Amino acid sequence: MKTDIILAGVGGQGILSIAAVIGLAAVKEDLYIKQSEIHGMSQQGGEVYSHLRLSDRPIHSDMIPKGQGDLILGVEPLESLRYLPYLKKEGWLVTNTSPYENIDNYPDPGQLFEEIRKLPHHLLVDAAALAREAGSARAANMVMLGAAEPFIQVSDDHLIAAIRELFARKGEKVVETNIKAFKAGKAAAERVG
Amino acid sequence: MEEKLFLLGDEAVAQAALDAGVSGCYAYPGTPSTEIMEYVQASRQAAGSGVVREWSANEKTAMEAALGMSYAGRRAMVCMKHVGLNVAADTFMNAAITGVNGGLVVVVADDPSMHSSQNEQDSRYYGHFAQIPVLEPSDQQEAYNMVREAFDLSERYGVPVLLRLVTRLSHSRTGIRRQPPREQNPLRLPSDPKQFVLLPSIARRRYRQLLADRPKFMEESEREDGHNSYTRHEGARRGILACGLAYNYLMENFPGGVPYHVLKVSFYPLPDKLVRQLFADSDEIIVLEEGYPFAEEMLLGVPPRTEPVIRGRLDGTLPRDGELDPWLVGKALGLDLEDPEETPGLAVPRPPSFCPGCGHIDVYKALNVAMEKYGAGRVFSDIGCYTMGALPPYNAINSCVDMGASITMAVGAADAGLVPSVAVIGDSTLTHSGMTGLLDAVNKKSPVTIIISDNDVTAMTGGQLPAGLGKIEQICLGVGVEKEHLHTIVPLRKHHEENVKIMEEELAYEGVSVIVARRECVRVAAARKKNKNR
Ligand code: SF4
Repeated sequence: MKTDIILAGVGGQGILSIAAVIGLAAVKEDLYIKQSEIHGMSQQGGEVYSHLRLSDRPIHSDMIPKGQGDLILGVEPLESLRYLPYLKKEGWLVTNTSPYENIDNYPDPGQLFEEIRKLPHHLLVDAAALAREAGSARAANMVMLGAAEPFIQVSDDHLIAAIRELFARKGEKVVETNIKAFKAGKAAAERVG
Repeated sequence: MEEKLFLLGDEAVAQAALDAGVSGCYAYPGTPSTEIMEYVQASRQAAGSGVVREWSANEKTAMEAALGMSYAGRRAMVCMKHVGLNVAADTFMNAAITGVNGGLVVVVADDPSMHSSQNEQDSRYYGHFAQIPVLEPSDQQEAYNMVREAFDLSERYGVPVLLRLVTRLSHSRTGIRRQPPREQNPLRLPSDPKQFVLLPSIARRRYRQLLADRPKFMEESEREDGHNSYTRHEGARRGILACGLAYNYLMENFPGGVPYHVLKVSFYPLPDKLVRQLFADSDEIIVLEEGYPFAEEMLLGVPPRTEPVIRGRLDGTLPRDGELDPWLVGKALGLDLEDPEETPGLAVPRPPSFCPGCGHIDVYKALNVAMEKYGAGRVFSDIGCYTMGALPPYNAINSCVDMGASITMAVGAADAGLVPSVAVIGDSTLTHSGMTGLLDAVNKKSPVTIIISDNDVTAMTGGQLPAGLGKIEQICLGVGVEKEHLHTIVPLRKHHEENVKIMEEELAYEGVSVIVARRECVRVAAARKKNKNR
C-alpha cells in the first residue's frame, strides 16, 4: 500500500493543517510517512504546497516523483492545476472550486474548471459553501480533507481523532465545526463516486 | 510499537541536540533553518534543563557565543542558513584552529533551487575550507543520529563539526526514533589555558594540530560501521556515488535494489579507500549530489580523468544548477521514465506579495512620490519582506544583496556622485549587519537617506523577536545620527502627505538622515492578539 498526495493551496488556507491531520492519523496506524512542505517566502497569499507520502514500507524520497502522484488535493482550483506534473495518468484531482484571486492576471474560473474537467479523474467540490453550512468558512480545508477521504487509506476514526487532537487547543466548538466540515466533504465525494 | 515523534528534519536536529546534552543553542532565523531554534525554544525538555536558546543578533554573534560555551566545556549548537555562514565565516574558520572544549556542532541548511535565498552556495566547501569533518544526512532519522555523533566526534577530536542540511530534508516531516537523553557537560575550563589565544605562535601550533588530525578524520570516513558505505553489485560496470539526500532519490528509483555499485557518502572528507574501490570496479561513475558538483570535481581531478568516466552535473548528465529530484536522477541513470505533464499555462505564477495592510506598502507609496523628482535607480534595499518592493506595482528598489548591504551600497553610490542615495532596511536587518554601515555613513557625512521600515518583528521568517526591539532610535543616535535628521513616522494611508514631506526634506539634506517608519507587521499583530486571547 502506498499513497502519494500533493496538497495545494494558498498561504493562509490551512494546507498544513490538512497535512498534519493525515500525518497524525497515519502515525496512529503505524504507517510510514513523509510530509514535505515548501514555505518560507510565502507570505499570506503565496503558493503553498506539501507532498504527503504514506506507505506500509519505508519511503525514500521526501518528494513525490513526477508523474507518480495518486491524488492532487487542492484547496484552490488554480493551485490544484499547478502541480499536474506530479500526478500520474490515472491519478485524481480533487479541488475546492472557490478561486483565491489575489493576482491581476488570474484566469477566468470557467476556463480553469474546463481544464480540470479534461482530466480523466476529477472532483470539484464547493468547499466554501459546505464549510459555511458546517459553521465556519475557515473549515474549507477540512471539507477538502473529507472529500479526499475515499482516496486516503487511513481510517475515518483515526482522521477524526486527529482533527480532535489538532484543534483541541481552540475549544470544543472549533473541533465540532471541523469534524462536521470533514463529514460534509466526505458525503459530497461519496455522492459523486 | 515503539514511540516515534513526528518531526521536521529541522526539529529532529533540535531534538537530537537536546538528547545529546546540549547546553546552548544559538541562531539567527533564516529559511530553511529557522525551525531548529523554534523547536528548542518551544521545548519543555529544554526549559526544564535550562538550555540557553535566545535568538542572536546575527550568525556571527551566534557562532561566537557557541564557541564561548564550548570554551567553558559545555556542548553548544549554532544554526543558520547557508548564506548565514558567510556572515559567521570569520569565527567558523578560526574555530577550526582554536578547536573546541565542549562539543561544538555547526548546523547549516543549504537552499538549492533558492526557494527563499539569494544564492544556492554549497556549505560543504566551507567544511573543506576549514578542514573539519562534515556530516550530510540522507534522511531525518540519520540527521537525528548524526547530531548525537557529531557532538561526540567534536569532543573526541577537539574540532567543530559541520552538519549540512538541505531544504527538502529540513522541511520534511517523518517518524523519528529517539535515543535516551544524555546529561549536559559540567562547566570545565580547557586544559590548555592558551588554546583559544590565536597569537601567531600559538595559532601555528594549533593549525599543525588540525593538520595532524586530518588522517584521523579520514579513518572516520573509511570506518566500516561509519556513514560512508560501499555496496558492490556483482557484474555491474557502472558505479554511483550518492551524497546525502541524493541517496534517497537513487533508492526511490530502484525499489527492488540498485543494479550498480553504490558508494553512499554522508561524511567528508571523502573516503579515499572506498572511492578507490569504486574506481576499480566501474567503467563509469555517476555522481549524485545536492548543490554544487563538490564531490564530482574531486573525483575528476586535474587534468580531468577519463577512466573511469565521471558523470554528473558537469557533463550535463544532470542539470548544473537547482535541486535534484527522483525524476531527474532516474533520467540521469537512463531509466525509461515518461516525461511528466506540463503545468497548464492557465496556472500562472502567484508571486509572493505583501499582506493586505502591510506597513511596507505605505512606505513605498510615500517613497515613490518623494523620489519622483530624482528619477528611478537610487534605492538600495535589503533582505526581508520589504524586498518585495522590487515587484510591481511598486518597482521601488534597485538592490538586494546581503544582510545590511543597503546602507553601505547607498554610501558607495553617493561616493560615486549619486546624490541623494537611499537605503531601505528592516529593523532586524539593521541590527544584524546594518549598524556598522550606518557608523561609516555618519563618519563620512554621506549624503544618504536611510529608511528603516520597522515592523517590530523578523517577519519574513515567521515573526521572531528582533534584537533591536524598542531600541532603533537610540541605536541611531548612539551611532551619531543628528537628532534633527532622525524622524519616526507611522506608515499609514492617513499620514501619506506628511510622510512624503518628511522624506522630501531629508532627501534634500546633504548628510545622513534616518527615517524610522514604524508599524507592527499586521500578520504578526494578528497572531500576537490571538495568542493573548487564548
Ligand atoms: S508578514 Fe508582515 S511585514 Fe511581511 S508582508 Fe506580511 S504584514 Fe508585511
